[in-house]
Amino acid sequence: MERRPIWYLVGLIAVILAFAVSTTLRGFYITLGSFLTLSILSFLYKDNIFYKAAEHLFVGVSAGYWMVMGFWSVLIPNLIGKLHPPLVRPFVPAIADQPPSYWYFIPAVLGLMLLWRLSPKWPWISRWALAFIVGTTAGLNFIRYMASDLLGQINSTMVPLVVIEGGALDTLTSMSNIVIFLGVFCGLIYFFFSKEHKGAFGVGSRIGIWILMVTFGAGFGYTVMARISLLVGRFQFLLGDWLGILS
Amino acid sequence: MPHTPTPPYTSPARLLALGMVVLAMLWATLTLAQTPGDTAATVAVETAPAPQPPLPATGIRAYDAPNDGGHAITVEWTASGDDGQGRNNVVMYRVLRTPALRGPISPDSVPPGDPSYRLFDSRAYGTAAWRFIENQWDTLADVPMGSTRYENRGGKQRASNDFLPDHIEFRYKVLTINDAGGIAESEVSAPASASGQYLHTGKLLHIGIPVVIFLALVLYFINAAKSGRELYIRPLAGINAVDEAIGRATEMNRPILYVLGLGAADEIATIASLTILSRVTKKVAEHRTELLVPCYDAVVMSIAQETVKQAYLDAGRPDEYKDDIVYFVTQEQFAYVAAVNGTMLRRQTATNFYLGVFFAESLILAETGSIAGSIQISGTDRTTQIPFFVVACDYTLIGEELFAASAYLSREPKLLGTLKAQDYAKAIFLGVLIAGCVGAALQWQWIARTFHLSF
Repeated sequence: MERRPIWYLVGLIAVILAFAVSTTLRGFYITLGSFLTLSILSFLYKDNIFYKAAEHLFVGVSAGYWMVMGFWSVLIPNLIGKLHPPLVRPFVPAIADQPPSYWYFIPAVLGLMLLWRLSPKWPWISRWALAFIVGTTAGLNFIRYMASDLLGQINSTMVPLVVIEGGALDTLTSMSNIVIFLGVFCGLIYFFFSKEHKGAFGVGSRIGIWILMVTFGAGFGYTVMARISLLVGRFQFLLGDWLGILS
Repeated sequence: MPHTPTPPYTSPARLLALGMVVLAMLWATLTLAQTPGDTAATVAVETAPAPQPPLPATGIRAYDAPNDGGHAITVEWTASGDDGQGRNNVVMYRVLRTPALRGPISPDSVPPGDPSYRLFDSRAYGTAAWRFIENQWDTLADVPMGSTRYENRGGKQRASNDFLPDHIEFRYKVLTINDAGGIAESEVSAPASASGQYLHTGKLLHIGIPVVIFLALVLYFINAAKSGRELYIRPLAGINAVDEAIGRATEMNRPILYVLGLGAADEIATIASLTILSRVTKKVAEHRTELLVPCYDAVVMSIAQETVKQAYLDAGRPDEYKDDIVYFVTQEQFAYVAAVNGTMLRRQTATNFYLGVFFAESLILAETGSIAGSIQISGTDRTTQIPFFVVACDYTLIGEELFAASAYLSREPKLLGTLKAQDYAKAIFLGVLIAGCVGAALQWQWIARTFHLSF
C-alpha cells in the first residue's frame, strides 16, 4: 500500500494535541477514546494507518477481554465452583458453601476434548464434543422454533377475514385481517422450493415477494433509525465529553 | 468571699419518716394488686366476643405439579361450607406450609424440652444455603374466596428466598377467613414433594403430532431421493451465482472471503452456512483459489476447520489445506467487523460470502465489500438484516432460501428429502390456516385453540 508521510505527521500532531488537552487522567482517557473513534471513522475516507492501529488495538483488547471474562464468569463459577465450591470462596462467596455437583465433570471432559483440536496427533477427539454441542443445542432449539415460529404464527394468523361488529361490517379490521392472511399465505408460497413458480402459483409467489420487500423496506427504515442513534451517541461523546461543546 | 456552709435540708428524722411512708405505699399497692375480686384499684376490662369462625376448607390434598421442571407443588381443597353458600361470608383462604422432614436431623438443633421442634438444616447435606423448621408454618399466600387450588411454585436456586427443593416433603393446611375475622383451620395434608418431569403430556398434541407427520414425510422423501428419484428444486439466483463468483475470484487471482456470521454452532443458519462452506471449499480447492474464513465464535471455528479440511480431502487436494484458512478473530461484534473490513480492503477479496446469522454488522460488511468491488452473495434468516444485504449485495438468499441453498448445492439425499418434506409440511399448514380462518369466521374457536400453546 502506498505510504503517505502526511498522515503520519497528522497522527503525531493529533497525539501531541491529545496529551496537551488532557489535563487529568479522565481527560486523557476521553481524549484517547476520541482519537480512536476518529481513527475508526477515518475508514470512511479509505483504509489508513490510524484505522489499522485502532482496528488492531480493538481486536486485541476485545479478544483478551472476552478471554478473561470467559474465565471469570464461566469457568470459575460454572465449573470450578460446581466441582469444588470452597476453591472459589475468595471470588464467588455466594456459592462457596454449596455442595459439589459432580455432574459438571461431563462438560469439563467435553471441554477438554475440544482442546484436543490443538493436538497434531489426535485432533479427531474434538469431533465428539462438537457433535454433542451441535446435536444437543439443535434439539433444545427445536421446541422453541416449533412453538414460536410455527404454532405461534399459525395461531396468530387464524383470524376472521370478514369481521362483523354489532351487526355492521368492521371494514378496517377486516382489511387488516385480509392483509395478514394474504401476506402469510403468499409469503409461504414464495418459499415453496419444490415447485416451479408459474401460473397462479407464480402470481401468489410474486405477491409474496412484494409483501416481503415492503416488510424489508419498513424494517430497513426502522433499523437505520436505530443506527443513526448510535452515530448520535458517538457525536455526543466527541462534542460533549471530549470537546465540551455540548452540555 | 467567705464560704458559708449550707444548712442541711433534710435531717435523719425526716429521711426516716419519708422512707416509712414510701414503704407503706409500696406495701399497699402490692396488697391491692394481689387481692381478688372487684376492688377500687382493679380496672374492669370488657373483651369483645371472639368472631365466629367459618366452616373450614376440607379435603386438602397436595401433590407434585404435573408437566413441569420441578420446584412446584399443587395444593387443592374443597371450598368451605360458607364460601358461596351457608353464611356466605368467606373472604379468602390462607395457604400455610411446613416441612414433613424425614432427612437427617442435627441433634444440636433440638431445643431442650420440646421434642416436636426439630431443625432441619441442609448443612447435613453439605450446604447451609437453605433450611426448614418442622412444625413452623409459613404463610405462602392469600387466595380469594371461591378458589380451591394454589400452586406453590418456588425458586430453583438454592440461594433464592423462595427456594423450593425437589424431593423434600412438605405438608400444607388452609385457613378459611371470613369477613368478621373468624378463622378456621383445615386438616393437614399428607406429605408431598416436588420433582421435574421428562415428558410434558400437555404438549403431546401440539408438538408430538406435527413432529410425527413431519418425520414420516422426511423419511419418505429421503428414501425417494436415495432410490434415485429426481426431486425438483427450483433454481435460486443466489445459488446459481456461487460457481460464477468462485470462477471470478480464480480468474482475478484474488482470495474469496467467507463470513459465517455471528451465530453460535447451534443456530440453524450457521449449520446451513457450514454446509454451503463445504461446497464452496470443494470448488475453491479444485480451482486452487485462496479462501479466508474469519470466525467470531471459537466453537464455530473448530467446526469450520473440520468442514474445510474435509472438503479439501474430498476434492482430492489435502496438501492444499492450511490451518490458517479458518481463523479466529474475536468475540466482540464491532472489533470483528473492523478486522473483516480491513481484510477485505487489504487483501482485495474478489468474492465475499456472508451466510449465517448477522446483526448490526451486516450493512457495514456489505457496504465495505461493495466499495472494494467484490461480488457479494449473502444470506441470513434474520429478517431485520435482510434489507441491508438486499441493498448492498449482488445476490441475497432470503430466510429459508439459505437452508434450501445448502440442500441444493450439496445435492445430498438427506437434505433434499428434508427440503421436500418441508414443502409438504408447509402445504399442510396452509390448509390448516385456511381452515382456521374459516373456523374463526364461523366462531369455531376450537381450531384456533388447538394451535394455542399454553405452557
